Amino acid sequence: MIRKDARVLLEVQGLCAKVGGADIVKGLDLVVRAGEVHAIMGPNGSGKSTFAKALAGHPAYEVTGGTVTFDGKNLFEMTPEVRARAGLFLGFQYPVEIPGVSNSAFLRLAYNTMRAARGRDELDPLEFDDYVREKMKLLEMDAAFLDRSVNEGFSGGEKKRNEILQMALLEPRLAILDETDSGLDIDALRVVATGVNRLATSDNAVVLVTHYQRMLNYIVPDYVHVMGGGRIIRTGGKVLAEELESRGYDWVKAA
Amino acid sequence: MSSVLENLVNQPYQHGFVTDIESDTAPKGLNEDTIRFISAKKQEPEWLLEFRLKAYRHWLTMIEPKWPNVKYPKIDFQDIIYYSAPRPKKLASMDEVDPELLRTFEKLGVPMNERAKLAGVAVDVIFDSVSVATTYKQKLAEVGILFCSISEAVREHPDLVRQYMGSVVPAGDNYYAALNSAVFTDGSFCFIPKGVRCPMELSTYFRINTESSGQFERTLIIAEEGSHVSYLEGCTAPKFDTNQLHAAVVELVALDDAEIKYSTVQNWYAGDENGVGGIYNFVTKRGLCKGVNSKISWTQVETGSAITWKYPSCVLLGDNSIGEFYSVALTNHHQQADTGTKMVHIGRNTRSRIISKGISAGQSNNSYRGLVKIGPRAGNARNYSQCDSMLIGSKSGANTFPYIQVQNSSATVEHEATTSKIGEEQLFYFSSRGIGAEEAVSMIINGFCRDVFQQLPMEFAVEATKLLGLKLEGSVG
Repeated sequence: MIRKDARVLLEVQGLCAKVGGADIVKGLDLVVRAGEVHAIMGPNGSGKSTFAKALAGHPAYEVTGGTVTFDGKNLFEMTPEVRARAGLFLGFQYPVEIPGVSNSAFLRLAYNTMRAARGRDELDPLEFDDYVREKMKLLEMDAAFLDRSVNEGFSGGEKKRNEILQMALLEPRLAILDETDSGLDIDALRVVATGVNRLATSDNAVVLVTHYQRMLNYIVPDYVHVMGGGRIIRTGGKVLAEELESRGYDWVKAA
Repeated sequence: MSSVLENLVNQPYQHGFVTDIESDTAPKGLNEDTIRFISAKKQEPEWLLEFRLKAYRHWLTMIEPKWPNVKYPKIDFQDIIYYSAPRPKKLASMDEVDPELLRTFEKLGVPMNERAKLAGVAVDVIFDSVSVATTYKQKLAEVGILFCSISEAVREHPDLVRQYMGSVVPAGDNYYAALNSAVFTDGSFCFIPKGVRCPMELSTYFRINTESSGQFERTLIIAEEGSHVSYLEGCTAPKFDTNQLHAAVVELVALDDAEIKYSTVQNWYAGDENGVGGIYNFVTKRGLCKGVNSKISWTQVETGSAITWKYPSCVLLGDNSIGEFYSVALTNHHQQADTGTKMVHIGRNTRSRIISKGISAGQSNNSYRGLVKIGPRAGNARNYSQCDSMLIGSKSGANTFPYIQVQNSSATVEHEATTSKIGEEQLFYFSSRGIGAEEAVSMIINGFCRDVFQQLPMEFAVEATKLLGLKLEGSVG
């Protein structure tokens, strides 16, 4: 939902970032206000994922220029964990497996860390168990997920649900979902998209990074941005995504 | 990454102080006179002096083992002090112990005195070469348990010592066992009579204090028919730039239906971040399940020492006997560890279980080496081994050397091994959820070690968890 007077959550100006010595993001501008849903689209290699990881603070992604303010503060003065505690969330394209660490213990630690950052009391394991089970229903997840090691042996769809479960627990101000739709069958896509829609409020914002239009059938964006050559080269509404789907990315590049 | 990971691992050693106590010390060097000196100091009977001399003469004919996957300069056995005792050594009551010594143990967090009593732990403390104090002796004596230093046992219970010493680890068993048999200075002795369940955890703390002194202690635990005991040892040493040798021998004997649980938290000084100094921990530990249905369980958390070379083993002689080995070995900086176990199945229906977790950080090298041997008579013997390695950073190494020898076709032997790595992606995953690197590493390591920590007595499991956290501080980044 677009409200011009809504609070600016994220303001990116002239962002440049490199990974493995190569310049990937080259002068990206973006403003995200509370209550908005943005989709960032673009062909492989256009810099979408690099942008997402640079915002979250992945150590392999080096910011070489530009500024980013998050909720009024300089994002680059914060470590990745401080960014997360301030309400920035990255939903991973390929969530890493962590053998030996139970999903419930991991989720509880993340959740309690966030509660502490917001000045609230931690939940004990029993209280947390009730709370997380409630959230899992939203994503049609089986309770057995709690006893497994974090992401270990999860199918692609299970991993993505686990990401959205974390989003539901951590209640971020800004969620960046990196290719959350990839690897999902149509039923899983519907469940995940429903989850995201329920979590979106007028106080927070969602940035969907995606290659395909199909997720946008379920989560309707307020803005669609097309990336090319490390910058946003075109911005429009939902119609732009549909046009891209039928005409391909070359059409934007040519224009 | 490197920087966070590295900082995490680079926590300074906290037990590296030297206690200033006048000590009664033998001149450096090893010969028959040194051995006679030790034996005379301890007022030992003739048979024990003979045992020592025989071991020494055998040792002279042996060569140092070269097969472990560790590297160190040749040890000069003439440059070691073989006997060093704190003075005064009046040991009748805790009040008479040198207050400086008590402060040392306080710094070490050793639960002596009232703290020991509150904790319900009976403690025997070995300081350099001499057992300083044994708490709780009276209470244990009421149920017939003997728990004292090995020197005292030689004086008070010579028949038991003579019967069992060297019966599990013969004097000439290996190079370092032979050396120990020749020059051992003290250690713990524990005897649990028939049918008694030891009412508390028994515990020994070892400390090497004198520079260039070696520590050669001997522990002997005998569990008679149907008895049960849980025993824990802890080890620390001050920081010196020179290497110190620690060559201990531990022998356990379990008779019919008896059970011995032996836990170690080893935190000897590991040398500095450049690999200078630290303890050479060359130890022979072996348990004999002599009786039917007996059980011996080793649990070790090895975090210290410049070099660790030890294989706590079980000889499963009695039918239906059980051997277990649970191990966490952590190496950092330039530490080297070659550790594992031997399970020797001789009796029928014997079972063994090996769970080994190796963690390597810095430029350290961590090897698991284990032997599972099923003898021709060991019908229906079963073994399960699981050896997992975890690498932190990109300069550390892990190896697994399993040896399996099966001479009975009805045996079942299973071996599983994995290697994983705490990488940048895992740490970033935690940090993107607001969790800092130290907490992340601690959670990963604890998850990795869970199967072993579960075996430790509760308060020591907490201690071990903290210790691993400290050891790894600064290693993640």
